[in-house]
Amino acid sequence: MKAAVIVFPGSNCDRDVAVALERVAGTKPLMLWHRETEVPSDLDLIVVPGGFSYGDYLRSGAMAAHSPVMAGVKAAADKGVRVLGICNGFQILTESHLLPGALMRNRDLKFICKDVHLTVESADSDFTRGYADGQVVRYPVAHHDGNFFADDETLAAIEDAGQVAFRYCQPDGTVDADANINGSRNNIAGLFNRDRTVLGLMPHPERLIDQHLGGTDGVPMFKSLLEALS
Amino acid sequence: MKAKVHVTLKPGVLDPQGKAVSHALDALGFTGVEDVRQGKYIEVDLAETDPAKAREAVDRMCRELLANTVIENYTVEIEG
Repeated sequence: MKAAVIVFPGSNCDRDVAVALERVAGTKPLMLWHRETEVPSDLDLIVVPGGFSYGDYLRSGAMAAHSPVMAGVKAAADKGVRVLGICNGFQILTESHLLPGALMRNRDLKFICKDVHLTVESADSDFTRGYADGQVVRYPVAHHDGNFFADDETLAAIEDAGQVAFRYCQPDGTVDADANINGSRNNIAGLFNRDRTVLGLMPHPERLIDQHLGGTDGVPMFKSLLEALS
Repeated sequence: MKAKVHVTLKPGVLDPQGKAVSHALDALGFTGVEDVRQGKYIEVDLAETDPAKAREAVDRMCRELLANTVIENYTVEIEG
């Protein structure tokens, strides 16, 4: 699996992702600076990491979506290269229109930094095959703008096409309003594109790859990718 | 010339910041505030001297960057 991690000014999870990929895949990913105009053509996976790219100016992810490297990322995604956007990466993927909807300020206006429970809505993707349908996992979140919004028509299309990857839930897997930490429509925490070759999610799988860091629920995601793309 | 751009949330899109401001106004004793919607105001100075061309350019800027048309509407005012 040949992977690259995009690095923007203000990214702060790029190295965590690199460690996770190296741990699981055994090889270091390529780190691609935002000014790169060429994205290598032999990549299997591109990760758009979390952080505060360009200081979240204008809207979270808005500036990064128009940075030189993203044109190459979009072209690669169009060719079927797997793209994983985590947290700010998810915001960048919606601003780039690689994923539908938008991520708005959290309903209660607060930055949320804690562990949350998620249901795996579909294990039928290269990102989630290591989990089981309906499995409950625990990932950390750390965001201010994670409130997923899409209009009624778009939301219905997302649900009909089975594009929801993760939903915020109770520890027992119940998806309800109390488990909805940030006001996201339909408790959506993570979303695929129609072909399930692009995944964006607010929680951080790369932060849970070692018992010393509090758990290993993130490992199956990277293992799934390695198995699918090797 | 100068372009004055207002970016506002589309009707139906929840505005938690507007809601918080509305509650704060209420707490300060300003009665009769029915709703508050918060938006952005952006001024763009342009070298262009033709108002029609300026409007066209700023409209494109709004669609491509200044507004996220998934959730926001915008209006453009051109001043000579």
